[in-house]
Amino acid sequence: MTKREDTEPAHTVGSGTADTVNDGTNPADPYAATSRETTEGRVYTVTGGDWDSLIEDWKHDERIVVNMGPQHPSTHGVLRLVLELEGEVVTQARSVIGYLHTGIEKNCEYRTWTQGVTFVTRADYLAPLFNEAAYCLATEKLLRVTAPRRAQVIRVLLMELNRVSSHLVAIATGGMELGALTGMTAGFREREEVLHLLEFLTGLRMNHAFIRPGGVAQDLPEDYETKIRDFLKVMDSRLPDYDKLLTGQPIWKQRLQKVGYLPLDGCLQLGITGPILRCAGLEWDLRKVEPYCGYEEYDFEVPTSTDADCYARYVLRVEEIHQSLKIVAQCLDKLEPGPVMVEDPKVAWPAKLSIGADGLGNSLEHVRNIMGQSMESLIHHFKLVTEGFAVPPGQVYSSVESPRGELGYHLVSDGGTRPMRVHIRDPSFVNLQSMPAMSEGGLIADVIAAVASIDPVMGGVDR
Amino acid sequence: MADGNDKDHHDNRDNGKSLAPGQYSSAEMSSAQQEEHESRGGVVAGRSRQGMFGVRGSGDTSGYGGLTLPAYVPAPAQRPYGGWFDEFTDELLAAMQERGVPAAAVQQVTVDRGEITYYVRREHLLALCRTLRDDPALRFELCSSVSGVDYGSEDGGAQVAQRLHAVYHLTSMTYRRRIRLEVAVDVDDAHVPSVVEVYPTADWQEREAWDMFGIIFDGHPALTRILMPDDWDGHPQRKDYPLGGIPVEYKGGAEIPPPDQRRAYS
Repeated sequence: MTKREDTEPAHTVGSGTADTVNDGTNPADPYAATSRETTEGRVYTVTGGDWDSLIEDWKHDERIVVNMGPQHPSTHGVLRLVLELEGEVVTQARSVIGYLHTGIEKNCEYRTWTQGVTFVTRADYLAPLFNEAAYCLATEKLLRVTAPRRAQVIRVLLMELNRVSSHLVAIATGGMELGALTGMTAGFREREEVLHLLEFLTGLRMNHAFIRPGGVAQDLPEDYETKIRDFLKVMDSRLPDYDKLLTGQPIWKQRLQKVGYLPLDGCLQLGITGPILRCAGLEWDLRKVEPYCGYEEYDFEVPTSTDADCYARYVLRVEEIHQSLKIVAQCLDKLEPGPVMVEDPKVAWPAKLSIGADGLGNSLEHVRNIMGQSMESLIHHFKLVTEGFAVPPGQVYSSVESPRGELGYHLVSDGGTRPMRVHIRDPSFVNLQSMPAMSEGGLIADVIAAVASIDPVMGGVDR
Repeated sequence: MADGNDKDHHDNRDNGKSLAPGQYSSAEMSSAQQEEHESRGGVVAGRSRQGMFGVRGSGDTSGYGGLTLPAYVPAPAQRPYGGWFDEFTDELLAAMQERGVPAAAVQQVTVDRGEITYYVRREHLLALCRTLRDDPALRFELCSSVSGVDYGSEDGGAQVAQRLHAVYHLTSMTYRRRIRLEVAVDVDDAHVPSVVEVYPTADWQEREAWDMFGIIFDGHPALTRILMPDDWDGHPQRKDYPLGGIPVEYKGGAEIPPPDQRRAYS
């Protein structure tokens, strides 16, 4: 240092610490960069000079690490992709998650079993009714009760409507990320139809908390059948548009075919379920192989493919929408009058709910009863709503086929009125592990297509 | 074969009553039975409890404050287990013998609500998983879920032995069966072998169980936090993890109040 300062004092300002060495080949070069070794690699201190000589080391190395996200229009929410690129080719891909972790599982431990529904419906926010149904099926298994038949049919009806809306978002956002903006507007337009219908049926567009342990919160509104049949007509007229717009479109095919390939053995190793697994050729759909809510009574197909690429997944989702609408139509024929909540007054929600001018709330008749007529009813209502019902100790695992695959709930009860443990086996979380297998060795633009075909929902991934 | 099993399986799933009712009532033990169970090396899950649920330190006038409930102990099931469980357990034991896994690897078998749980000693977990995946009579291709459970106490009062459990839900797609493996470990020695080399899908799920419960999965390729920030202290889903008292960022000293200082209705 001292020697350098002696000879060239003007160029060393701010460039030196004690461990700095000048490794320039020509000590007489006044512009030579100093460098030092750190744990992160060699760090240069540039004090001016000729770029050609400065970047000599890196001339033939095009390795770039790109951080895509966590805020990026093509990452399906707050997902961060760390991509190592060699030119445009992805050599290594890793995903970083946790940006949307809200502690849903932990929160459930501090609320009653019924209130848990309100939390889990917010996990995978594109499939709220599947979360509610899976959670309630697991709770009912712990309680050893079965929801009445009408409630089961309503659950199937709502889940299949929800599957339609979820697949529409998958197609819409996938299209948007690849530049097919008309696909996006079309997908969200049809999804809006579903959400309007769900709002009419359950009172809310999303985060319904409509399916409850023991049944559903209340019966369907009176003219549900006309509304649903109208909806089915609208969907039947509009779904062919997707085939016209996307299925045969050359650009769409070129972007998706032979991209994001994941064969069956890879799927099984990585625990992938849902459309990705069925596109690899395995007809694995929990509605068929482990029927719940009476799915064995419905007539529907499980579409499969052996192409195992992004295009096959798109085609499969469109086909699943058709099949879901078929199930919805069958539900209408199966809906017979009856109770929608278990008879047991120690489990069933005491309030008779109704939709009033300001949304869903306790029916006036029920309020009159507990406030003016029956002290016992008031006590019962109070105990069940504030303390909740006790669930016998034990643990269960119960799963349903959500739009993204196996959605499982592992519930543990210690005999109290609150869950001891709620674990959500979210299909987005598990399926997202396949992103490197689908993307590495491909182009960076194909990473977007692969992630879109996995269709991860970060609310479910991070919980 | 698959058809027959399939039917049994669904019977169990949809209607747990197809099993002998005596097995259900035995799921809850008296405290004397529990002590005997523990002394024989059985699994204890949970803590004994006093008073009403969720009520602590209040002026309880209900008389329930003196109520004492024993800890929940999963009762060991007696043969016959019912359904496909007997046939399956025989096949499992045969396959274990064939592959040199000692029968003592399975500490206890519990049948509850139509589901079968094998409590496994951790030193044999990996060999057992490999047997379950590879044996042609078992074929558990899919590891559906890995989760942690903390059976400890919220106030850190009563010490529960082996309170951390790692729970594995395995699915046989060939035979359409589901089983549960459970490994119990102590908090001070929370080491469980990683099953990633048998089931690569367990990678993130084990990272989550490490992040949330502090279960160390030995042999995991990169056991780092996954949901919480890398520099986070503690494991949030443990029962004794302090709630509240966490500074709110950018709010100059504001803190989230602990739960006993918040409004409560229960």
